[in-house]
Amino acid sequence: MADEFTIEDLRRILRAAAGADEGTHLTTDIHDAAFDELGYDSLALLETGSRIEREYGISLDDSTVIEARTPRVLLAAVNARLSIEKRLVK
Amino acid sequence: MTARAVVTGIGVTAPNGLGTAAYWAATLRGESAIRPVSRFTPDRYPARLAGEIRGFSAAEHLPGRLLPQTDRMTQLALVATDWALADAGVRAGDLPEYDMGVVTASSSGGFEFGQGELRNLWSQGSQYVSAYQSFAWFYAVNTGQISIRNGMRGPCGALVSDQAGGLDAVAQARRHVRQGTRLMITGGVDASICPWGWVAQLASRRLSTSEQPDRAYLPFDAGACGHVPAEGGALLVVEDADSARDRGAATVYGEIAGYGTTFDPHPDSGREPGMRRAIELALADAGLAPDDVDVVFADAAGVPEQDRIEAAAIAAVFGPLGVPVTAPKTMTGRLCSGAGALDVVTALLAVRDSVVPPTVHVTPAAEHGLDLVTERPRRLPVRAALVLARGYGGFNSAVVVRSPHPQ
Repeated sequence: MADEFTIEDLRRILRAAAGADEGTHLTTDIHDAAFDELGYDSLALLETGSRIEREYGISLDDSTVIEARTPRVLLAAVNARLSIEKRLVK
Repeated sequence: MTARAVVTGIGVTAPNGLGTAAYWAATLRGESAIRPVSRFTPDRYPARLAGEIRGFSAAEHLPGRLLPQTDRMTQLALVATDWALADAGVRAGDLPEYDMGVVTASSSGGFEFGQGELRNLWSQGSQYVSAYQSFAWFYAVNTGQISIRNGMRGPCGALVSDQAGGLDAVAQARRHVRQGTRLMITGGVDASICPWGWVAQLASRRLSTSEQPDRAYLPFDAGACGHVPAEGGALLVVEDADSARDRGAATVYGEIAGYGTTFDPHPDSGREPGMRRAIELALADAGLAPDDVDVVFADAAGVPEQDRIEAAAIAAVFGPLGVPVTAPKTMTGRLCSGAGALDVVTALLAVRDSVVPPTVHVTPAAEHGLDLVTERPRRLPVRAALVLARGYGGFNSAVVVRSPHPQ
């Protein structure tokens, strides 16, 4: 299991899940940009959440994913889940 | 007075041409796009030929954001709409969003997308199904995506009546224009050349199993043996004529002048099929006599019994050899909901250029009594054209388009 879910992981999964408009948020710091300003709606986040679950072998509540307004919030939620899973494995 | 609905923009994605100019040039050259299926391996299926659109890359035309959530038919429809709006000279913000609506036809929905997600479901599990499956395979998805992309929040809808749907959508767009909507996007695009779509079409038992591209789809020929399926279609900008003039529309291709639609009685009832009545209703709606029609674009099923029904209906209205008839879809195959829309486009281009494109590969059987335009285009003034389309299960529709310059 991966140790940490990083902003680069999120960028990669967002792009695979819901596409990306050329050059918009690929190079800038998007930690605190709102997902809707980045052009990702609730369906895009559901698809993103489902891909994170598959890749990291964790399960996330739909509401956790949809209610994450920014990448920073989503990263924190995913990493919190990862550390719980890790403790359970130990 | 009832508002006149005119066509001011055209976008074409056809197997024998991407874009109106390429399609029209290929069609006048008699260029067929019927070839062996390449989008999947057809070896184990009884039908192996199709009219495929080659060389279309959605990523060249659409934002990356739209690609993961769209089936091929939606990508084609969005691009055709972009081209139609550009042709009409309409830009975002030119008209209030509630003054623009969208009505498209669909036969299968996004089958290729749906097939991929259903495969994910049974081979890997529900957590592998795309969230976009929630709409990407719906019949109405082209209408929805066109509406969202272009900010069109007026009347929207989707019609499902197989091949007749392309004409039914155009007629519905005309209704909305008459009820006060200034601009409608209408037409149809289908693209289900994937194993699931193929099996669904095979179930009709009307697909040609010939492996010779020039002998596989021969409507009105003694060798008629079914049809070749195809993908693509057309989107049109239909406007209130006065509103189009007020905004300075550069081109008016013609008027949607008449429409008629009927449903067949049960085949065992002994009653006459509905095609003749659909033609008569469309002519009456346009206020035209049979003599006023310069050319008929046939549905051209390519199934002997269906060809006889259509030829009899045309002869009943126009008399034997009474009107030039053509089926340019012999170059593309049958486009499902895209066919009626593409034939309306072709009819408008025939009006514009005073030329009727040919029906290729066909030697008309004498029994049909049709003056079929074969081999090469026929030059003649086209002031009014009748377009026919039938949908599997009994749908008959007819549209009359008329020159914008009545003589």
